[in-house]
Amino acid sequence: MLLATLVVTVVAMAVQRNLFGVVVLFSIYSFLMATVLVALDAVDVAMTEAAVGAGVSTVLLLAALYLTGGTEAKPMRRSLVPLALAITVGGVLAYGMQGLPAFSDPQAPIHSHVAPRYLNEGPKETGVPNVVTAVLASYRGYDTLGETVVVFTAGVGVIALLRRRGKKKK
Amino acid sequence: MNTIAGHFSYWVTIFLMVAGLYILVARSNLLKKLIGLALLQSSVYLLYIAPGKLVGGTAPIVAEGFDRYSNPLPHVLILTAIVVGVATLALGLALVVRIREAYGSIEEDDILEQED
Amino acid sequence: MKDDIILRVIAKLLMPFMLVFALYVQFHGDFGPGGGFQAGVIAAAAIVFYSIIFGLPAGQRLAPDRLVEIMLAVGVLLYASVGVAGIFLGGNYLDYFVLDADPVVGQLRGIFWVEAGVGLTVCGVMLKLFYMFAGRSRDAEEG
Repeated sequence: MLLATLVVTVVAMAVQRNLFGVVVLFSIYSFLMATVLVALDAVDVAMTEAAVGAGVSTVLLLAALYLTGGTEAKPMRRSLVPLALAITVGGVLAYGMQGLPAFSDPQAPIHSHVAPRYLNEGPKETGVPNVVTAVLASYRGYDTLGETVVVFTAGVGVIALLRRRGKKKK
Repeated sequence: MNTIAGHFSYWVTIFLMVAGLYILVARSNLLKKLIGLALLQSSVYLLYIAPGKLVGGTAPIVAEGFDRYSNPLPHVLILTAIVVGVATLALGLALVVRIREAYGSIEEDDILEQED
Repeated sequence: MKDDIILRVIAKLLMPFMLVFALYVQFHGDFGPGGGFQAGVIAAAAIVFYSIIFGLPAGQRLAPDRLVEIMLAVGVLLYASVGVAGIFLGGNYLDYFVLDADPVVGQLRGIFWVEAGVGLTVCGVMLKLFYMFAGRSRDAEEG
């Protein structure tokens, strides 16, 4: 199953020390995640995840890898404390998960409040059949403005960090 | 056993989240830490979208002939989250590049040694 | 890589299709999956692809630095000014139904301009990130 390959990829990523291999595994992971998202009927999200995760993220990681160098050093300390931390967090999450509704339960609260209104009134009020775009651009347009500003800020931040001042000395 | 089968997607989400957290905390190479962070964020996407799916439904694009749609609300939130995630990753990578130029290494232990 | 003839031919063949696909995704976001974000990233990916094969200066002739920086900023300004236009025409900030006599057409118009703004900014930012990272040489002279 798709989810099993996701798990295998992540385990390989944790163990692998050659950073180039880790970046390639990350790209594979993004593609697998996009496929899982299509299987879950989230087509907009899958397209974005495939383009952004497997496209832009991988290119940026490769560029940074070229600029910094390729292998992770052998860990000096035994990683028992982080492993214990991770297992504890996992246990707490599993305990909290018991209260969540089962997979694909139509009576779950998530389907009962705002979503039916968007699905029923959305195309009539906005004229756009794609409900995700209608919600993103019209009903929750303010959040999308914030997100665009975040992307802009990231661009400006990287310019500020990586800009070369004046002349190049080469 | 009903809970395990009904909650299968949550188990995978928890495993991915914990694995990402472990990579973030346990590894000392900065680039690998950033990848662990990206994994952690990615598992959250699964956490939000899996409950929105209805078996027998279809993608939330209103069309003739379909009457059951998966919930569009998590899709909207996660779309924003993905783009914000890549913005964070880009800034983190810029910082790593500058650290490398300043200290000559991106291993956390080497950097801490040079600081003392 | 520009010496390898297969890569050169494939790059020149695929580039227009990628750009047209980006425009398709942008404008068809209303009827199928897509919208501003995906379109911006796909357009940026097309130019990054060209830059990887033909070299960074060739890519920068295609999409000059100043143009990319202008795109970044204009996208956000476009989005914000759609909101301000809503105020001028009588509604609240980012109200679309006042943009036209028929509220549904107003919504369509608002969504169109808003998605265009988002697509411009995302494309500009992704390209600028690539230029910044790829343009930096490995042994820096400063610090």
